[in-house]
Amino acid sequence: MAVVFQKTKGLTDKQTHYCPGCTHGIIHRLVAEVLEELGVLGEAIGVAPVGCSVLAYEYFNCDMQEASHGRAPAVATGIKRVHPDKVVFTYQGDGDLASIGTAEIVHVAHRGEKITTIFVNNAIYGMTGGQMAPTTLIGQRATTAPLGRTVEHSGMPLRVSEMLATINGAAYVERVAVNTPANVRKAKKAIKNAFQCQLDGKGFSIIEVLSTCPTNWGMTPIDALKWLENNMIPYYPIGNLRTPEVEE
Amino acid sequence: MAKILMKGNEAIGAAAIKAGCKYFFGYPITPQNELPEYMSRELPKAGGVFLQAESEVAAINMVYGASGAGARVMTSSSSPGIALKQEGITYIAGAELPCVIVNIVRGGPGLGGIQPAQSDYNQVTRGGGNGDYKLLVYAPANLQEMVDLMQEAFDAADYYRTPVMMVGDGMIGQIMEPVEFKESVSRFELPEKDWATVGTGNKRKPNIANSLFLDPAELEKHNVKLQEKYATIKANEARYETYNLENAQLVAVAYGTTSRILRNAINELKEKGIEVGMIRPITLWPFPEEAFDQIPASCKGLLSVEMSMGQMVDDLKIVSNGRWPVYFYGRSGGMIPTPAGIIGKIEELIGGAK
Repeated sequence: MAVVFQKTKGLTDKQTHYCPGCTHGIIHRLVAEVLEELGVLGEAIGVAPVGCSVLAYEYFNCDMQEASHGRAPAVATGIKRVHPDKVVFTYQGDGDLASIGTAEIVHVAHRGEKITTIFVNNAIYGMTGGQMAPTTLIGQRATTAPLGRTVEHSGMPLRVSEMLATINGAAYVERVAVNTPANVRKAKKAIKNAFQCQLDGKGFSIIEVLSTCPTNWGMTPIDALKWLENNMIPYYPIGNLRTPEVEE
Repeated sequence: MAKILMKGNEAIGAAAIKAGCKYFFGYPITPQNELPEYMSRELPKAGGVFLQAESEVAAINMVYGASGAGARVMTSSSSPGIALKQEGITYIAGAELPCVIVNIVRGGPGLGGIQPAQSDYNQVTRGGGNGDYKLLVYAPANLQEMVDLMQEAFDAADYYRTPVMMVGDGMIGQIMEPVEFKESVSRFELPEKDWATVGTGNKRKPNIANSLFLDPAELEKHNVKLQEKYATIKANEARYETYNLENAQLVAVAYGTTSRILRNAINELKEKGIEVGMIRPITLWPFPEEAFDQIPASCKGLLSVEMSMGQMVDDLKIVSNGRWPVYFYGRSGGMIPTPAGIIGKIEELIGGAK
């Protein structure tokens, strides 16, 4: 019988701890499939963050390091400088990357470090129980913004990809979403481009993936996908923000 | 090889490169700046990489990444910068990764000052970061000893898979002394780093550098294993020097450059017929407990001499365990103890002054 689908070799057989309806599983699979399809799984060294994806090192079937909160880009820098010929990536959430890790993500881009970052933005701290993130939307409720986020108190949500796209060393910057099958396919293409950018030695690459958190948003998985489309995409527009110039 | 006159911070860099250090991640802070400057100039010539990080926090996490990827790697800083690195240091200890951290100590607390001090004693011997871990801490008294210990520091880090700290009070960083880079044979048999994350090559199961153990039973098991390692280090790596212990009426304890001032004081007292011994810890952790068993019955007390406000007194009380009363003499804030000051304290204690 012909095999029409099988699980990528880029993931281990470990059952994930993610909540029902969480899109981390999709994003893990996309990254793993890309590593396998590019033939670099054996050359890949990943860095897991602190947050919901803290156990990513148990799921990706490649060498991994577990970083402290926000420091994954610095850890990845250390790895890449020792092994410039390997494929190095970080997988980070919005609390990790957009709050405590802002210095590290800005400077990994600033140095044009040849690594790839997968930035999962679900507009909330998931692992710690639904606190407000820098990416939490105005009016969105969180356990530390029980009446909803206000501009007066916490400012406007941080658009990390737009900020990073102003930095010369950030060669490839794109925001994607995984709320529909079509968007999932586009997300995979972007992730592949980002890793290709690293393989071509063009500089730092980052893919921001708009993601859901049904548990902490207090929604069903389907409602969460609709909420992402109706609330997150208008504020965080999907699309490419920076791509390497084509050499003549 | 002939002796060369070098500044401390540069001699540290030269010794590290000679010891096989290939990667250096650092951030500027006085009084250790000549070290990263030296590394930025000399490490590329040795086929290595120097990188100035955006912060001490980032630098120590780059060390984590590089060490986890199998490299011989070093960072350096000074007291407030070491405080910032503590997060990374406990992760490195927890993940059992080897590295060498140089701390050229300046006065504190807070921003403190930029002059020599030893007020990081607690910071370097009591962990500093969270959890049950220890650093192997060397505190050389002069540049030759520092240079001689550097190979050992890197080898011990690799052998025990643990972070090692080289502590120099500000003087060790700034002083110029003649040093000789001797050929040395490692006393450790260093195993292959088959745990390093270098890519599986599709040939083995993934390696993981990690300090997270969500299962309490697993974390406890990890801690028991770490403690066994620290017990081995304690048994094998304590280093010290004794001086003039015979017939000592009092034994003074000092490390680093303070021990050199104390030695002058002891020699002056000897001329006056007052016998004072010295124990000089070369490792601050493990604290050289064995040295104190050599103290003669003539000894009436211990005196801690420091460029800090009595941080080593606790260790003297622990090691004394009621055998001797423990006294303290120290200066702080970048003020250097003088032989006269030490002599005054000792005469006050054992009645030499009239």
